Amino acid sequence: MKLLTTRRTAMCLALASAAMWSAVAMAQATYKVAIAGPMTGGNASFGEQLRRGAQTAVDDINGAGGVNGKKLELVIADDACEPKQAVSVASRLVEQDKVVAVAGHFCSSSTIPASEAYAEANILMVTPGSTNPKVTDRKLPTIFRTCGRDDQQGKVAADFIVEKLKGKKVAIIHDKDTYGKGIADATKSVLNQRGVKEVIYEGLTRGEKDFNALVTKIKGAGVDVVYFGGLSAEAGTLVRQLREQGVQATFMSADGIADKAFVTSAGGNANVKGVVMTFGDDPRSNPAGQTVVAGFRKAGFEPEGYTLYAYATIQTIAAALKGSKTTGGADLAKWLKSNTVPTVMGSKSWDANGDLKVADYVVYEWKADGDYAKLAR
Amino acid sequence: MDMHILLQQLVNGLVLGALYGLIAVGYTMVYGVLGMINFAHGEVYMISAYATGIALGVLSFLGVHSVVPLLLLTVVCVVVVTGTYGWVIERVAYRPLRGAPKLSLLISAIGVSLFLQAYVQLSQGPNPQGIQPVLPGAFRLVLGAGEDNFVQVTYAQSLIVVFALVSMAFLSWVIGHTSMGRACRATQQDPRMATLLGINTDRVISTVFVIGAVMASIAGVLVTINYGSFDFSIGFVVGVKAFTAAVLGGIGSLPGALVGGLLLGLLESVFSGYVSSDYKDVFAFTVLIMVLVFRPSGLFGKPAVEKV
Repeated sequence: MKLLTTRRTAMCLALASAAMWSAVAMAQATYKVAIAGPMTGGNASFGEQLRRGAQTAVDDINGAGGVNGKKLELVIADDACEPKQAVSVASRLVEQDKVVAVAGHFCSSSTIPASEAYAEANILMVTPGSTNPKVTDRKLPTIFRTCGRDDQQGKVAADFIVEKLKGKKVAIIHDKDTYGKGIADATKSVLNQRGVKEVIYEGLTRGEKDFNALVTKIKGAGVDVVYFGGLSAEAGTLVRQLREQGVQATFMSADGIADKAFVTSAGGNANVKGVVMTFGDDPRSNPAGQTVVAGFRKAGFEPEGYTLYAYATIQTIAAALKGSKTTGGADLAKWLKSNTVPTVMGSKSWDANGDLKVADYVVYEWKADGDYAKLAR
Repeated sequence: MDMHILLQQLVNGLVLGALYGLIAVGYTMVYGVLGMINFAHGEVYMISAYATGIALGVLSFLGVHSVVPLLLLTVVCVVVVTGTYGWVIERVAYRPLRGAPKLSLLISAIGVSLFLQAYVQLSQGPNPQGIQPVLPGAFRLVLGAGEDNFVQVTYAQSLIVVFALVSMAFLSWVIGHTSMGRACRATQQDPRMATLLGINTDRVISTVFVIGAVMASIAGVLVTINYGSFDFSIGFVVGVKAFTAAVLGGIGSLPGALVGGLLLGLLESVFSGYVSSDYKDVFAFTVLIMVLVFRPSGLFGKPAVEKV
């Protein structure tokens, strides 16, 4: 028995070293880096932002000579924001594509299960958009993010509701997803601490188009602020049906509605006027990124939402590869935790958990022209 | 309990239920003649939403601006386009499998569904599309004093209920009183016998697919006008709900589709209005299970007789 086990171990070792050899052989040509997110499915508009941002970053870095004399090669991976698909995509990236680092995933519900696979394989993962606290709170050593956390974002939202909107009757609605419910709960807990008890707390179903029953309930409760945790498709439909039934309560949401799809599903500019949301300080206005932003616009793509986050994520990965001169996830992580990376969104540095040291959430208001602008504090 | 809130919830449920009913017709009729669940039906409805957006755009570009001709022309265009899709789907994906096991048909249906979703996503883009409001405004019934004390039915919502009832009545008449309807019923009862008696069952099946697609396309036009936005993935949730409505009413039964749809819509609305919208689907499916326990073939379904 003992012998058998030893022999098996030896065989495994042999196989593993063979695999490592082939990985090294491949790594010699290029550094394979993946961008993972919802390239298809109901949130594909965010996937488009990620893909564009990452591709442009890779092209720019390669144009400037690559990293350590090698080119970056982008692998595009689609999880459709479905946790099961995210796990199989993750194991494909680890085992078949043998990437050195992953930029992604996007939906927290996908990122969390997928990150386990990367951590196990000692691969660096940097998510550009997953804000749920659990992403980094599990203290996996190789997991980072270039965005803030829902508890930071929820606090900004709750403070705004209490101080600026002076909301007395608040309805909290979420989409039952990890991200949507997470941000709604974060906001709720700060609101409750500050003495505001919500009158309605309910979830709706993603993918549905009729929330009239919920809207009538909100109307019956005489609510003056509706806080929604979720993404643009449902947020737009909800705000449209609120206005159609004559509910004029202030609608507030978070970074999940920061794209034009929100205006489309709300039925035009008239309905989004006055909607407020929390979002990271608009990366498009950061002085460090003006050339890149101009480049996107020249190519006919407005780098809204998470485009520049994806760009910055690729820059982060490239900086770690360059700085640490290795591809091991633990070494890359160690380097990132002790260095500052200049990105298109300004300089970024990370704490021991892999969270940004400085999160910069601010409140935006949607205007009558169908775009959003920062509110004066 | 405020009266105006209760009435408003009933209106919400009625509108939602009418839509479910219209789409459920496609499931129930195809099941009637082929004994299969056409999982691509939700996607046919999604295609009709896109066709509506395109038709509205083209028609207003051509200078049709008054509401009534605009709506009628849109309905005609969308019905033709979507009916063609229904016919082609049957021709390409189901007719070659006539006589094959039911499972093959089911898998073919799932394939068509995936294909149509991917096709629309690639050709129209993944982002949600929207239209400008076509029918703004609403009927308001003021119930008494107070700013909010009214029940509201938007013009688009009333159109949904009227269209649903009229087209269901018309379809019932066609099935019950025309020779084509008789051929449909004969094929449903016994396809082989119907063939022996000179009925072209292939043509009947094609007709049924076109009818199902036409009803879904009417729903698609109405939904697009009412909710104003659509994307390539809207067919799935609505398809599941409409299928549930068809089963609730008794799959294979035409009045069952409408009654099942209305019941499902009302249950969802009232439950999410007075209890919790988190659990409205749980509640709706619990009711479905209860109905199936006591009436395994649904409210209006006939018990299946094993043919020997």
